[in-house]
Amino acid sequence: MTATTPVSRAADVPAAERLLTVRDLAVSYRTRRGDVHAVRDVSLHVDAGETVAVVGESGSGKSTTAAAVVRLLAPAARITSGTIDLLGHDLATASPRVLRTVRGALVGLVPQDPTVSLNPVTRVGDQVAEALVVHGLADRRGAARQAVEALRRTGLPEPELRARQYPHELSGGMRQRVLIAIALVAQPRLLVADEPTSALDVTVQRRILDHLDELTAATGTGVLLITHDLGVAADRADRIVVMSRGRVVETGTPDEVLGSPREAYTRALLAAAPSLRGARRATPVPSSPAPGARATTTGTPPRTPGPPALEVRGLVKDFPLPRTSGAGTGVLRAVADVSFAVPRGRTLALVGESGSGKSTTARLALRLTEPTAGTVQVDGTDVTRARGTQLRALRRRLQVVQQNPYASLDPRWTVERIVTEPLRAFRVGDRRERAARAAELLDLVALPASALQRRPAELSGGQRQRVAIARALSVRPDIVVLDEPVSALDVSVQAQILDLLADLQRDLAVSYLFISHDLAVVRQVAHDVVVLRHGRVVEQGDVEKVFARPSHPYTTELLEAIPGTSVRAELRGGER
Amino acid sequence: MTRHGTPVVQARTTDARTVPRTEGAPHDARAARPGGDAVTRYLARRLGLAVLVLWAAYTVSFVVLYALPGDPVSIMYGGDSTDVTPEQLDALRAEYGLDQPLPVQYLTQLLDAVRGDLGTSVVSKQPVTTLLAQAIPPTAAIAGAALLLAVVGGGTLAVVATATRHRALAGFLLSLPPLGVAIPSFWFGLTLVQWFSFQLPIFPALGNQGFASIVLPAVTLALPTSAIIAQLLSRSLLHTLREPYVDTALAKGAGRVRVHLRHALRNAALPALTATGLVVGGLLSGAVVTETVFSRAGLGRLTATSVAAQDIPVVQGVVLVAATVYVLTNLLVDVVYPLLDPRIVTGGRAAGVTAEPDDAGRPAADEHATRPPSTAPAEHAHAVPAGGAR
Repeated sequence: MTATTPVSRAADVPAAERLLTVRDLAVSYRTRRGDVHAVRDVSLHVDAGETVAVVGESGSGKSTTAAAVVRLLAPAARITSGTIDLLGHDLATASPRVLRTVRGALVGLVPQDPTVSLNPVTRVGDQVAEALVVHGLADRRGAARQAVEALRRTGLPEPELRARQYPHELSGGMRQRVLIAIALVAQPRLLVADEPTSALDVTVQRRILDHLDELTAATGTGVLLITHDLGVAADRADRIVVMSRGRVVETGTPDEVLGSPREAYTRALLAAAPSLRGARRATPVPSSPAPGARATTTGTPPRTPGPPALEVRGLVKDFPLPRTSGAGTGVLRAVADVSFAVPRGRTLALVGESGSGKSTTARLALRLTEPTAGTVQVDGTDVTRARGTQLRALRRRLQVVQQNPYASLDPRWTVERIVTEPLRAFRVGDRRERAARAAELLDLVALPASALQRRPAELSGGQRQRVAIARALSVRPDIVVLDEPVSALDVSVQAQILDLLADLQRDLAVSYLFISHDLAVVRQVAHDVVVLRHGRVVEQGDVEKVFARPSHPYTTELLEAIPGTSVRAELRGGER
Repeated sequence: MTRHGTPVVQARTTDARTVPRTEGAPHDARAARPGGDAVTRYLARRLGLAVLVLWAAYTVSFVVLYALPGDPVSIMYGGDSTDVTPEQLDALRAEYGLDQPLPVQYLTQLLDAVRGDLGTSVVSKQPVTTLLAQAIPPTAAIAGAALLLAVVGGGTLAVVATATRHRALAGFLLSLPPLGVAIPSFWFGLTLVQWFSFQLPIFPALGNQGFASIVLPAVTLALPTSAIIAQLLSRSLLHTLREPYVDTALAKGAGRVRVHLRHALRNAALPALTATGLVVGGLLSGAVVTETVFSRAGLGRLTATSVAAQDIPVVQGVVLVAATVYVLTNLLVDVVYPLLDPRIVTGGRAAGVTAEPDDAGRPAADEHATRPPSTAPAEHAHAVPAGGAR
């Protein structure tokens, strides 16, 4: 078994104390179709002061492993065999009473999604203090004081104030700091962090991870870091455990695992990780000659003559604010003077963090929201004031693919009905032609024809996103707005969808307006990029140029925040 | 109409990140609470709405009772009375103002109602207000007792059913509420009388005398209500127990009881609270059957007899009382709700979300002073149907 070798080798290192030893762990879920083995034969260990990253895609069993370590498995899951030894306590078989004394005091948990992991009706400070109170580590007043200190240590400004606030009054990043304070306030020896930053913006993500590093390094706390992002693992971990289909497929230091991956799966994961690859997927339009030097990896189609497919000028969008006492403008300027053009057959990416106005800009371009000022032009025609028939005709030329393929498809409809809905809406063809078109579309997005009669629930996330893309393409639009089309998907699936989008663009000469917070993804798919911040364009231009020589400090910050910087240079060096 | 007031109470979406902190104006936690002025305005608006609902209830019942086919005066004497001459009927009509055109009747009666005069009972010739004043206290007694029983009983059942690790027990307990809703209350009431009045003479079978006479009617009335509460609360608890913050609490080392009561129940009770109006309405309508079974005087009996006798002024009075209770209950719920759920703000003064300090702008922190806050409240493009059907 792959995992045993590194375990014994690491045991030779004398100094560090062994905190956690997981041996031959197996977890299965009871389902209607019998037991599903989510985790099999997993062995790993964490020493004091060490960060061990468990990497894998969804369904690889990494989160189940983390949940097993704190014994917070879903009700249908149970540990079927193996031991989880935490400083002499066997957690796999521990009684609820033992678990209560171990959790919080010996092992802390930083959960996945900070926006839903805090009790919404309890003050933040009380929630931190509770971790001390339940272990009898402090009386109420002392706990409250220590809670404030714990909040201060996580880098929250004005912790006294924050302690009196409720979770909804804090941003996602601040809530994650609160959760880190909860996990660390009772000074546990081990910290289990399950995708602690995947719900956060990249720049916030980096600061939170930096801070976590500092805190745990200072106290010698061991960290079991669960992540889907090999880049994060490479930056943060002393050792990496790669999991696939419930098994450990590879273990080693970041250099070993990323430098010379032994397993095919690791190599595939590595190749798919957007943060670690620099190669461009965006391809030139067929007719254009490949531009010289970059012909092998990239291709920038020459700007075709004629008006751009989509052009917006001076877009402004104000939202009225709820009545405020005190002085205030009364409006929130979500988009402030945004101008850009999407040339035909090319991809323009709008990047920015949450609240930068990128989705609002997309909605303005789609004419789903009325702009306060500015114009939207499609193919040289001003459509800012289009309504009625003209607007309906416009809908046919502009289509959208949403972020979450789990929510954007009607769960009761068959795939055929979903992809032909726009055709029915525009009364294109008769029933037979539409059925034929549906089959053609599935072929286009590389789904089997057998999927036509399936329902979304029977498809994987990637397959669902393919269905959403097929639906958008059904009426042969000129422009497709892709709103974070891959951020809900696993990295390897992300890579497939991005490849598909590039192929479709090459074949259909469709233009993309690509909304993303992930610069690593943008680098791969886009020709041009617009960086938005607080509703304003801070930088725009050719993606290679902007990324190579960012002129605005914010762009630099965004680029630096992409995880995996520690290995990227090496890897790209190796590719050449 | 369960929560007619809901639109006024504005729920903050939890994921909308807004309004970065402005320097020099620290975000006091208390500042998030509506000021006294806002509360007054909010209450005034809610009271205005309450008056509107009462007026609507009065008008609809007037239209239903008077404007439907059928002559009220003939109905008063029984549709086929032959011993009354047309002249006598006309005289009666004049006495009740029924010879006037309908809009005039409506306005006259509405004005009288506003002044507190709800007319006179056709059957007993007593003022309707007197009848109502006599009927309300005994009904309030059993309804209040029933509400208490229902909240305690239904709540306990929900908590125990969701807390127990005993699968069969949980299944059994969770199957009780549907049964409680399904059992006809007249049958349940009669069974209670059979057991606890005749076989074991503990409680009186009927009448209004003393505390003991309240017990059986209150239990009868509480059964369907507690079933509804148990069902709502257990479903809400099961949902809440799957929330990630419950895992967070468990990961701190909190025990199951603590997690269940301090974290889950507190959150799960909020949706159940919104159904209070429904529950109180159920108690009032249940009183009709219960008071009939136990031969108790009260609002329910008054309703039953006046409907049977087609005593229109009394029926309208009862409708007004029911509407008032309903409106007041909902008003109370809406006023209490923000105190229990900090995410709700009354009257549109939104609490600012404090953003991650450094994501509010490191390179150009001064931008904030001159520019409105940086976020889009409508960053949910995923609510838009794809496919261009619009």
